[in-house]
Amino acid sequence: MSRTNPRVSTGTATEHYRPGAVGGPAAGFGRGDSALTRRRISQVVLYTLLIIGALIALVPMLWMLSASLMPTGEASTYPPHFFPSHVTFAHYGELFTRLNLGRYLFNSALISFSVTAISLVINSMAGYAFAKLRFRGRDRAFRILSLGLVLPVQVAMLPLFLLMKNMHLINTYWGVIIPGMASIFGIFLIRQYALSIPDDMLDAARIDGASELRIYWSVVVPGILPILATLAIWTFLATWNDFMWPLIVLSDEVHYTLPVALANLSGEHVQDTELMMAGSVLTVIPVLAVFLFLQRYYIQGVMAGSVKG
Amino acid sequence: MRSRMPSDVGKAAWLFLAPALLLIFIFFFLPVLASLVLSVTDFDIYAIASPATTRFVGLANYIKLLHDPEFWTALKNTFYFAIVGGPLTIAVSLGAALLLNARLVRFKSFFRTIYFTPFVTTLVAVAIVWRYLYHTRYGLLNYALGHIGIGPIDWLGNPHWAMPAIIFMSVWKNFGYNMLIFIAGLQAIPQDLYDAAEIDGAGPMGRFFNVTLPLLGPTLLFVGVITMIGYFQLFSEPYVMTQGGPLRSTTSVVLMMYEEGFRWWRMGYAAAIAFVLFVVILVATLLQFRLQKDRT
Repeated sequence: MSRTNPRVSTGTATEHYRPGAVGGPAAGFGRGDSALTRRRISQVVLYTLLIIGALIALVPMLWMLSASLMPTGEASTYPPHFFPSHVTFAHYGELFTRLNLGRYLFNSALISFSVTAISLVINSMAGYAFAKLRFRGRDRAFRILSLGLVLPVQVAMLPLFLLMKNMHLINTYWGVIIPGMASIFGIFLIRQYALSIPDDMLDAARIDGASELRIYWSVVVPGILPILATLAIWTFLATWNDFMWPLIVLSDEVHYTLPVALANLSGEHVQDTELMMAGSVLTVIPVLAVFLFLQRYYIQGVMAGSVKG
Repeated sequence: MRSRMPSDVGKAAWLFLAPALLLIFIFFFLPVLASLVLSVTDFDIYAIASPATTRFVGLANYIKLLHDPEFWTALKNTFYFAIVGGPLTIAVSLGAALLLNARLVRFKSFFRTIYFTPFVTTLVAVAIVWRYLYHTRYGLLNYALGHIGIGPIDWLGNPHWAMPAIIFMSVWKNFGYNMLIFIAGLQAIPQDLYDAAEIDGAGPMGRFFNVTLPLLGPTLLFVGVITMIGYFQLFSEPYVMTQGGPLRSTTSVVLMMYEEGFRWWRMGYAAAIAFVLFVVILVATLLQFRLQKDRT
């Protein structure tokens, strides 16, 4: 492909993103109509692709919401309806009255908040110790821990179940909470961030006679707040969405988390499309809300976990 | 001058580490090792009541696995999912990242949020939603395909289509995560390199293959490894959408492990399955590191 003007931006996707360049004066501005036209065409193509992508990403969730508001049976008609003929909240009502969804919502919230709060303290202490405290065996302990990152969790599940059974933790909240209280990924994330705390700051606190616990609490924790926020959101969403372990360890309905209850309901009520969609909406809405309001921290976590980790 | 002896700091460090290390050791490393032990026993439903009845059976579980056609089916399905679904997810992620990184595009963070949303949703909930979208008669997907002349496909009821259907849903669910990582990788590539390539006469394709792709190498490796590891652990999608059917065409290794271990309580046998999974993931990870090394 020969090109008359190599400086003209073609808008191909390989172009590097420069904040200043976005929406700024066009690179090909004033260099002739053909360049402008090409730029225009590229832009149309790019936006078309972006909008098609956005529709594919959103339609399943919009349909879920829409179907949850349809009168019974309307989601199973041909041709399919995309919008309810009239809006009804009856399925949400049924979920909360007859199907005990409030209970599962409570269970999910209790477990997710507990895991998040406890693991934040435990992981941050460990991550800080690995990053900033000098002690014998540190590197070896860290190396052994990092081996755990390649072990799939499912390999641990069978003996873990037997262990939990011996501890009488099957079918309890603790059975779900305890394995989530410390995470290798969380420790790594905190350690990476805590490395940037200046040693002078810690030494100054030591000279002032502060105890190690006090240093952790009043110097370290404020210094790593952004990564703590990231890890908190990350942990909360992962715990809320988790399915396999809660499915194994919770056998009694009163302890079910939302995903477990939903999978169970979907077996019994497979024909009740609208009801199942209402259940799915209620399961997804809390995590979507957390993500949308706090996405800045969440996205930082993805980047931090990948680029440096 | 230090006011405290290093040994004090060391003591404090171990106290800080103790809760995390104990928890991870007792509830993760120990079970993994125990799993290896379990896999050479005949631990079953009777053993749950009285563990003393358990016997050492050597490699019998592994030998039985080799002769179990259901295991080979599960292994084949899992590889199908990982080898087709993994690269497809990565390709879509990279495509989306390139689109969002284009200089001519505005509203980047708006689109980025939309693309990332499927990733944060609850898998069980969206798997249920997709089950209805895939409905042969009432599903939106067949309705849309009908408009371009494709007849109704029995997505989840036909053994040939069930796995592609699960793969398609997984691409939809997961591409946003890799996309974010690719965006970070793309932004780290210096603009000078593109300018230089352009002066040398490289077109958009040339720049992609000679600048973008080589410089994304480490990012690609990372994304490849985590996607592969995640995809070998396929479980919830078939559990919710197909229960492993039709004709076991979507039974994955983890689903089989779950059924053997927690439905039939053949835990010794299930532990052997778990270990094979571990070895497969380990080999796939090492292989990717190896491939990466050979290329650079």
